[in-house]
Amino acid sequence: MPKAPDPITRDLWHVVAATDELKIGLIETTLLLDRRLAMTRGLDGEPVVWFATDEENGDDIDADSVLDRLPVKTAYGYTWTCLGTPSAELFPIPEFAEADRVNMSCGSIGIHVSAPRAVENFLDMGHFPYVHTDILGSEPHTEVKEYDVEVSEERDEVLATKCKFMQPRAAKSATQAMEVEYVYRVPHPFCSVLYKSCPEDESRRDVIGIFLQPMTEETCRAHLLQSMIDSTSTITDLRRFQQTIFGQDKPILENQYPKKLPLDPRAETPIRADKSAIAYRRWLSQKGITYGVIPQAS
Amino acid sequence: MTITLYDFELSGNCYKLRLLMNILNVPYAIHPVDFFPGREHKADWFLRLNPFGQLPVLKDDDLVLSDSGAILAYLAKKYDTSGQWFPDDPAVTAEILRWHAVADDISATSSAARLALGYSYPFDIEKSQKGAHRIFRILDEHLWFGEKAGRDWLCAPAHPTTADIACFPYVMLSEEGGISRQDYPALRRWTDRVRRIPGFMVMSGIFPAGPAKT
Ligand SMILES: N[C@@H](CCC(=O)N[C@@H](CS)C(=O)NCC(=O)O)C(=O)O
Ligand SMILES: [Fe+2]
Repeated sequence: MPKAPDPITRDLWHVVAATDELKIGLIETTLLLDRRLAMTRGLDGEPVVWFATDEENGDDIDADSVLDRLPVKTAYGYTWTCLGTPSAELFPIPEFAEADRVNMSCGSIGIHVSAPRAVENFLDMGHFPYVHTDILGSEPHTEVKEYDVEVSEERDEVLATKCKFMQPRAAKSATQAMEVEYVYRVPHPFCSVLYKSCPEDESRRDVIGIFLQPMTEETCRAHLLQSMIDSTSTITDLRRFQQTIFGQDKPILENQYPKKLPLDPRAETPIRADKSAIAYRRWLSQKGITYGVIPQAS
Repeated sequence: MTITLYDFELSGNCYKLRLLMNILNVPYAIHPVDFFPGREHKADWFLRLNPFGQLPVLKDDDLVLSDSGAILAYLAKKYDTSGQWFPDDPAVTAEILRWHAVADDISATSSAARLALGYSYPFDIEKSQKGAHRIFRILDEHLWFGEKAGRDWLCAPAHPTTADIACFPYVMLSEEGGISRQDYPALRRWTDRVRRIPGFMVMSGIFPAGPAKT
């Protein structure tokens, strides 16, 4: 029997699907915090989520017939739910509402690793030249330069700024190598959002979100969001770019051991665990998150 | 000639064709298809190219082809001046087609497990994994005896053929389907040899071979 999630995790909003990809009148099943969920959309297009009993993936359903529902929120093109008592708000991504942005899901991809490991990999620039060779990095430009990390008290999120990296192909819209400046936010224990210089418009930043759905302590689904300034590429092109990157991360992530993220600062030699990773681990510890992590011995 | 490959980056079946065209130095254009999450291979325009609704599709001028194994044979026969990738010898042709069929079985098992775990396809994970292990066991043995007999590749010739290209991707991607290759050392050595073929290229999820052991 899996252990019950810690109360913080239980009360969080968790992403479960790209809203548009849920078919009206058809059931899709998934796993959240070791519980099997069923989801669909009603004729009004609104998602409905509930604890699955004997429902199977692909079954027909009239959403109106589902009475015992879990709370639902839709945000950033995704459907979110909560197994406990949710807070009112989900973290903000104000850029998403800017009229000229191209917003898209890039697929929900299952990975055999804990959600916090996936967040930590997202924050790590050190792997760019080795894993995303000739796209997000290339040798000999392998050094991660000094950057700033803080935990914003007001917003309760980890924030890394002034992260600079030389990138051969920073985005689909890039036509040449450029030094890219990144800002990383971790506004949710299992979600991160990055901002990077936009090749098409120097004054703006592309936004990429990774929202992890903790399925079990050692497996999750990564839901990828792109909110781009790009006036020429198609959605298919933009998705392909992001999926290429994520497809490279996948085997690396799945080879991590242990699959849960150790929070004890002495547990792993900090080659990978750089400054933002240390701040992230400490922040999870202080919050009392125990799901998908190996908590610090007290 | 103008070749267009209707392609999805994360598809091993599409990668087979990118790989052979790269090895043969055949120029081609990519038409990206939003296989996931868009399911564009089931869209009307795509079904007109391939009524089976499957990637890859390759267009060479006005000729429209589907099925990765068939296209590998076509590309080799048409563009491989060395004649090595799909030789004319009847016995070798039969041998290659035999392994193309195995490649389909690897897709139906190893790729199915990967689609189930990674892309939420409603396939039977355990059954797919078992099926892949059964094939990998036979492949490993075939390659192990081959090594003893001085044969490095799946078929008899002293060089790789399209059989090796066809079987390679979903062997390499098996771990995404929860299928470990730890117990198949000869299979692993073969994947290293494939990755050292001149003109080899990677796809997302497959990394180059490490430096050769001397
Ligand atoms: N025998 C075919 C199999 C192709 C195949 O399974 N393609 C997958 C993508 S890698 C596909 O399009 N599947 C969709 C479907 O079968 O409906 C080949 O080798 O080309
Ligand atoms: Fe990465």
